[in-house]
Amino acid sequence: MNPEYSNDDKTSHAANGAASNTEDAKLEAVLGDFRASVHAWSEATYRNRPMVYSPVSRRALGQRSLAWSLSLAVVAGIASAGAYEYHQRDLAHQAVVQREAEHQRQLALEQHARDVDELLAKVESDLSREVPSAMEPLASLMAEDSTQ
Amino acid sequence: MATAQPIAAQEFSHVVSAHRQQIFRFLLASTRDVDLAETLTQDAFLKAFRNWASFRGESTALTWLMRIAINVQKDHWRNRRLQFWRTTRTNAVDVDEAGEFLPSGESSPEQQLLAREKVGKVWEVVKKLSGRQRTVFLLRYVEEMDIAEIAGATGLSDGTVKAHLSRALGRVRAELGGRA
Repeated sequence: MNPEYSNDDKTSHAANGAASNTEDAKLEAVLGDFRASVHAWSEATYRNRPMVYSPVSRRALGQRSLAWSLSLAVVAGIASAGAYEYHQRDLAHQAVVQREAEHQRQLALEQHARDVDELLAKVESDLSREVPSAMEPLASLMAEDSTQ
Repeated sequence: MATAQPIAAQEFSHVVSAHRQQIFRFLLASTRDVDLAETLTQDAFLKAFRNWASFRGESTALTWLMRIAINVQKDHWRNRRLQFWRTTRTNAVDVDEAGEFLPSGESSPEQQLLAREKVGKVWEVVKKLSGRQRTVFLLRYVEEMDIAEIAGATGLSDGTVKAHLSRALGRVRAELGGRA
């Protein structure tokens, strides 16, 4: 049984149909632009970055690069730690040597001071024991006077 | 093409050169990430090369390759090790940038601007679609594959493909301000 439409209904349906067709056409146009946009983008990218087929995947290459980088970092770390340790030991050794040298210097100074003191004492002692010859006659006269 | 025997690398290079651009384009539209699309394209062809013997010619080589590309993409996101990068990666270009590549044609600057705006809106919808809906939508409206080919590439039934397309299209209509 076919439904009977009034003239108003028919006009309304026709108007809806026309609107729908217009909308569909607009949607098609937008989707066409979208497609063209993706194609243009892909084309531009594809041309600028030519891909080379390789039996080794890029991910595998990436993983290898990462492994190499990590290995290098570990080796560099070990080498740096060794160098740092050596440097620290060297510094400590230098400090010990410096302390020892300072100690030796102190000992030498003390020894020198002692030597000078001893020398002065010896000189003083020698001087006090030695009677100058120029004074000898006077001394003998003084001795004679005292006996008389 | 229909042979199930392994083919030499030389022969396979013809398959690569014939379909590489299309596979790359699909992956680029899916990810909006040029580097990732390149990597996944490479992975897809590597997988295809290794499994060429299993290709029985029941579908076209493109459909078969597209299926591999879809699986490679799924595996990529499924990979737990990459979950962190999935949330933090910033390589995917913005939808506005993706829409900038509209060929000028013979339209006026105003028309181009309007068209670019609408393409940007389509990108916004595509970005929000579920993975499966996005795949179906892109295969239909970018790669212009028919329902049977999309069903073959995705492993979905024709009816499911139509349902996904209908929903995706409804969202595009709604975004553009038409009837949903």
